[in-house]
Amino acid sequence: MVIATDIIDSGQRRSRADARHDAWFRWLLRTCALLVLAALLGAALSTLWGGREVLFGDGLRFLTTTQWNPVENIYGAWAPIYGTLVTSLIAIVIAVPLSFGIALFLTEIAPAWLRTPVATAIELLAAIPSIIYGMWGLFVFVPFMAAHVDPLLDSSLGRLPLIGALFRGPPLGLGLLTAGIVLAVMIVPFISSVMREVFQTVPARLKESAYALGSTTWEVVWDIILPYTRQAVIGGIFLGLGRALGETMAVTFVLGNAYDLTASLLMPGTSISSSIANEFNEAAGLHRSALIALGFLLFVVTFIVLLIARWMLRSLKQKEGTA
Amino acid sequence: MFSIRKIALVIGLGAAGLTGFANAADVTGAGSSFVYPVLSKWSASFAEKTGNHVNYQSIGSGGGIAQIKAGTVDFGASDKPLDADDLAKSGLGQFPSVIGGIVPAYNIDGVEAGKLVLDGQVLAGIFLGNIANWNDAAIAKLNPGLKLPDAKITVVHRSDGSGTSFNFTNYLSKVDADWKAKVGEGTTVQWPTGIGGKGNEGVAAYVQQVKNSIGYVEYAYALKNHIGYALLTNAAGKTVKPGNASFQAAAATADWAKAQDFNLIMTNAPGADAWPITATTWIIMYKQPKNAENSKVVFDFFKWSLEHGQSQAQELDYVALPEALVKQIEAYWQAQFKH
Amino acid sequence: MSARIYRRRFALNIVAQTLASAAALLALVFLAWILWVTVSRGVQAIGVALFTKITAYADQGGLANAIVGSLIIDGMAIALCAPIGVMAGAYLAEYARGTRLGETIRFLNDILLSAPSIVLGLFVYVIVVLPMTAATGGSVTFSALAGSIALALIGLPVIVRTTDEMLQLVPSTLREAALSLGIPQWKLTVQVLMRAAGSGIVTGVLLALARLAGETAPLLFTAFGNNYMAYGPLAKMASLPAAIYQYTNDPNPALHAIAWAGALLITVFVLALSLVARALFASRKTHHD
Repeated sequence: MVIATDIIDSGQRRSRADARHDAWFRWLLRTCALLVLAALLGAALSTLWGGREVLFGDGLRFLTTTQWNPVENIYGAWAPIYGTLVTSLIAIVIAVPLSFGIALFLTEIAPAWLRTPVATAIELLAAIPSIIYGMWGLFVFVPFMAAHVDPLLDSSLGRLPLIGALFRGPPLGLGLLTAGIVLAVMIVPFISSVMREVFQTVPARLKESAYALGSTTWEVVWDIILPYTRQAVIGGIFLGLGRALGETMAVTFVLGNAYDLTASLLMPGTSISSSIANEFNEAAGLHRSALIALGFLLFVVTFIVLLIARWMLRSLKQKEGTA
Repeated sequence: MFSIRKIALVIGLGAAGLTGFANAADVTGAGSSFVYPVLSKWSASFAEKTGNHVNYQSIGSGGGIAQIKAGTVDFGASDKPLDADDLAKSGLGQFPSVIGGIVPAYNIDGVEAGKLVLDGQVLAGIFLGNIANWNDAAIAKLNPGLKLPDAKITVVHRSDGSGTSFNFTNYLSKVDADWKAKVGEGTTVQWPTGIGGKGNEGVAAYVQQVKNSIGYVEYAYALKNHIGYALLTNAAGKTVKPGNASFQAAAATADWAKAQDFNLIMTNAPGADAWPITATTWIIMYKQPKNAENSKVVFDFFKWSLEHGQSQAQELDYVALPEALVKQIEAYWQAQFKH
Repeated sequence: MSARIYRRRFALNIVAQTLASAAALLALVFLAWILWVTVSRGVQAIGVALFTKITAYADQGGLANAIVGSLIIDGMAIALCAPIGVMAGAYLAEYARGTRLGETIRFLNDILLSAPSIVLGLFVYVIVVLPMTAATGGSVTFSALAGSIALALIGLPVIVRTTDEMLQLVPSTLREAALSLGIPQWKLTVQVLMRAAGSGIVTGVLLALARLAGETAPLLFTAFGNNYMAYGPLAKMASLPAAIYQYTNDPNPALHAIAWAGALLITVFVLALSLVARALFASRKTHHD
């Protein structure tokens, strides 16, 4: 009797203690999550405050003009926004299929002994400091593009109607395309690492069943693995997109830094983060304010890009739901 | 008693450990990247002599001015002087530190390094995009006997804000009305043409990679990295070569005595042998410093550097200030700063 | 008919496998290319002096203070952002699934991922360096700690993102099994789920470290830099990326070589850490299926 009530007592005590611990734990986790929220809001609001003179000083001129003239204190954000979007888009277009191939290779194709070394090597691409990507880009990759890639593009794709304008230009080697390619190399390890991790979480029995039914490797990947992990794969792509939108040093060295809006990807351009990195140290007064305002615009641009991505995903899901 | 002392010692050591105040004094300066190599070198020698660490970091002139105003550093360094009003308002004083030069660097098919001669107006014309071809008559006139190719000029400029750009555009504004009206001067300007390289290394790399290009870099950078530079015709009408002699000539012929707070930009100096794009960096300090001890170390440092640092400056291809100017600076310290 | 379908499926499979292998090869080529450039340009600066002398002596010196500084700053940054990031990620995956707060934080975290690092550095300058200057009367201004906080903000969203994804992928059967045994949720999260998702979480932390270890811009206005040796968290401190950045723009080619050598050091450092972490983790990995 005594023993029994003891057990019940201790059981109740324990569940009470568990409940208390659970509440604490939940509170702790929530606080950490809210810290993320605070960090972003703090950073975004501080750029809004720092850039207020330019953002609200001249109405919408900051958004509508393409001029960027620190001597006359005229600032327009169009060219940096355009450059940011174009270089990131190029990077994603190149990096996503590449990363998918790498993840596929590492989880399904490569012999087991080869997987870890290759995976580690590719993750190493993420460890190279971005300034080194910049220096390598400047001293090695730009001349390579100028000598081999740009002339080829100019004489082949550049001849085509419509899209030809994208690939026409003098063989400078630097420019939007070069920056996009360097960015792609930089974000490949982020996207491919996440893809590989999530591909490995697919329960083996799902894959085995498909193989047992005679599916090819490709069919297993396309029909089993990808649908199972799609949400997380998209998460990995966002990880890469985030990096591409905000990357500074690597882009700054190979972009050519010209405040021009050009159709050709072979021409120099500028991007939000490289404008800030280029000019911030020497800027004062309204110029400084304009650069901080650019920082705020990058938050806004990212917000919109992610919103569109999310919206597209949702409509994709709905379509699948009705199909 | 004993234990209290011990505790105090431990706390003292702990605090010292946290901030790293282990040695005599740590003073901090920030600003211009132009003077970073020479200030670092001076700092290392000064540390060996006195044990005091002068920690200078190049965060850009704009940053240097902002940080001295925010009181986070003991001195700032700027490639662009502050005007008297700004100085007075903030209780700051400024003085020049060391001299260097900026040179037009080029890469033209068939033209050797150091052979091309330009003057201010032609240089402005090229950077405006008005002179777009190397066989332009204006260039040919300055270079009789030099065979210039029929090739398009690619202009390379700095993309980052820099004192180098400031001095370069200041020079072009002084010698060419068109440049002054259309572009003006500044650490960053709206370049009418060309591609932007980040830093000296960015400009140098583009000039070396892109055929028939012209840019501008610090003299030391061109020299150490074997980049061809042009000769310039100066205000006195004489064609000069960049180097110690012509930089010093520019500093010596500038009229410092009349310049309040040394607010004088040396470009287009009048001397017959003066290099037209000669520059200095100003050190900016509080006249009534919050931390007087640190401020004293800074003065000791610059006194030592200005008097004994010439040979080290020369090794790095800077030129020390002329002696007369050093005397003026020391008098300025006495009159304006609280020691 | 069926033979044709079979042949097509077979051919498609071969093409896909070839392309995937080519993708992996291409990434390796880029890695080898960049590493080769780094090594060949930095090799002349690699020597004892690189590790024993400080940056004050420029081309006669090394990177000792920058190496120590980077170890301290990066170490503190990871110590700050790894626990917070993992816990925030766990909150999103385990407590806030489908809630509006969870969705909002997840969304904002993605934006934080792309915030330009210089902006985060400025933010920390405003919220840490300036108050510190005011509070200490100017005797503590820039500090290694401020630098670490700025870098932590860069690493944080990477860790939150990966932790969240990896925990969501742990099969819910594992949760149900544990909960039916009466295990409290915190124990479930820490002892079961995090262990199951462990390798993915470690990957996230390593990616975060790799990213923050190469950052220069946010350190300029926070840790500031130092040409002399410093150890204290409140001291102004040197770092490898800042030294690299400085040296690449110096006129002296000997310093360019030191910069490349420094870059190689960062890469090797992250590689070593990644190998150690993986080795440690592999030895006590639990499989689930």
